Amino acid sequence: MTVVDSSAYRRRQVLEWVALHSFAVALALLFALPFVFVLLTALMSDQQSLTRDLWPQPFAWHNLVDIWHTPGFTTWWRNTLVYAVLGTALTLLSSVPVAYALAYFRFRGRNVAMMVVIATMMLPPQVSIIPLYLVWAQNFHLTGTLWPLIIPLAFGDAFSIFLLRQFMLTVPRAYLEAARIDGCGDFRTMIRVVIPMIKPAIAAVGLFQFFYCWNDYFGPQIYASENPGAWTLSYGLQTFKSAHHTDWNLTMAATVLVLAPVILLFFLAQKAFIEGVTLTGVKG
Amino acid sequence: MAVGVRPGRTRNPGLRSRRRREWLSTLAFLSPWLLGTGLFFVYPLVTTAWLSFTKYDGFVSPTWDGLDNWTFVFHDYPFFWPAMRNTLWFVVVLVSLRIVAGLVLGLMVVHVKHGNSVLRTVFYAPFLAPPVAGTLAFVFLLNPGTGPVNTILGHLGVSAPNWFNDPSWSKPALTLLALWGVGDLMVIFMAALLDVPQELYEAASLDGAGAISRFRHITLPHLRPILVFAVVTGVIATMQYYTEPIVAGQVASGQIAGSGNQFEPGYPNGSTLTLPQLVYNLGFQRFDIGAACVIAMVLFVLSMAFAAFLMRRGHGFLAGED
Repeated sequence: MTVVDSSAYRRRQVLEWVALHSFAVALALLFALPFVFVLLTALMSDQQSLTRDLWPQPFAWHNLVDIWHTPGFTTWWRNTLVYAVLGTALTLLSSVPVAYALAYFRFRGRNVAMMVVIATMMLPPQVSIIPLYLVWAQNFHLTGTLWPLIIPLAFGDAFSIFLLRQFMLTVPRAYLEAARIDGCGDFRTMIRVVIPMIKPAIAAVGLFQFFYCWNDYFGPQIYASENPGAWTLSYGLQTFKSAHHTDWNLTMAATVLVLAPVILLFFLAQKAFIEGVTLTGVKG
Repeated sequence: MAVGVRPGRTRNPGLRSRRRREWLSTLAFLSPWLLGTGLFFVYPLVTTAWLSFTKYDGFVSPTWDGLDNWTFVFHDYPFFWPAMRNTLWFVVVLVSLRIVAGLVLGLMVVHVKHGNSVLRTVFYAPFLAPPVAGTLAFVFLLNPGTGPVNTILGHLGVSAPNWFNDPSWSKPALTLLALWGVGDLMVIFMAALLDVPQELYEAASLDGAGAISRFRHITLPHLRPILVFAVVTGVIATMQYYTEPIVAGQVASGQIAGSGNQFEPGYPNGSTLTLPQLVYNLGFQRFDIGAACVIAMVLFVLSMAFAAFLMRRGHGFLAGED
């Protein structure tokens, strides 16, 4: 070890601190900039959005109101909410018991079952879409609605099952055994002991599923594109510019109104989110 | 390996009925998922495999066609190999840049003492932007006419590219969009970085190891499992890469795909084509269901190969503690 001149050492530390923090702040500004430009453009007048101006003059706040009067926008909102709320509720109801069984029951074929869960999780939706579409169209006549996307969620969702199971494995076994000794069956143990203990996981999985439905583009494109009355925000949004011959200002105003609830929900439930994302990558 | 004892093997009748009860409750808990797996996983998979050997337009019953669809897709279909090449490009460039960016951001946020929760939020938020909204935002930001990015580049005297309207810049533009949404990887890397025992760093510093050698010899080995996880899931996600390229192509070209209407996919000039887009184009726009199912099978085989790799390599991650 060498003897370090302490004032030189301190100076170096200060310089490192300044360098790191200015780099971090610069990057943070870069990451925030797309949001800023989207919002600024959303507030421009029609004439101004045809120019290269960056700053709205004057601020056309009424754009955010006018959007609601464009045909379809409220319908897309309603459809998206129905899909996301029903989808999330059904996913949680159907996935918790499956995760419980995969976490605690010992049975022949359990490892195979886990592998199938993981395989379904990794399967691109396009692989199975054609036969599924044909069944929904020919046997159930449900194409042109969002039901082909909602109904399957009542049969468990692989990603949710996987995540819930990982959380359940962290519940100390002693709690389960105590419940058993008190005479609780599996169903009561699940409701009374396990679910209260994994509330953060349920919140995270619920949020993930809500976002999945909210963001889903492929599903609504396949099943709902033929019927504008069943479009969701994600599907409708991309038709916005060409269908209404609008300019970027209104298109960005619509984008803001699709982004806003998601960002708002994130701020309300930031902790559950970050925990959930972390868990997807953490070793068991 | 969990081994269940079959009911009927034991002579103790009390134990036997308990086992039976256990077996029944296992079945009850699993039943929705068992049904779902059969209906939404096994059935469509088998049907897709079968349809890939038939001629079928969705209206007249499918007729056996042997390997015709397969030779068509691999030999004559002009979009298959471009889509494969694009996917490879995205794997090599987009996935690796995302991992590097996620790691850099993770390291940075972990080391910043003041305001790191604000930074984490700012870097993570774009990941949550709905893909359609994010893509639309980037098509606007990068549009050559009124886009702020090219306006700023113009002020700086840089000749700006046409991004989503130029076949050689459309993939880099999509890469920028994907880098903006790197927050998920950042959070995963942050968790892994905080798990590295601090004593190791202190001991290495005392031994005179510099920042770079500490990173190479302590941080990287600890991150290995997470890196494998990030690479494999990145590859799988690239195979499924769909919403961003198709929306970018449609909005930039002004043509919206719907069932039945036909235009060349992967605007501009096939440069943003990926395999899932071909399934959509062939199956839902050209009604060539046999060929669409061939692409679907290719997608299936490729994703399952990587999933199997992840299950073997990431054993701890997937098996959980037991």
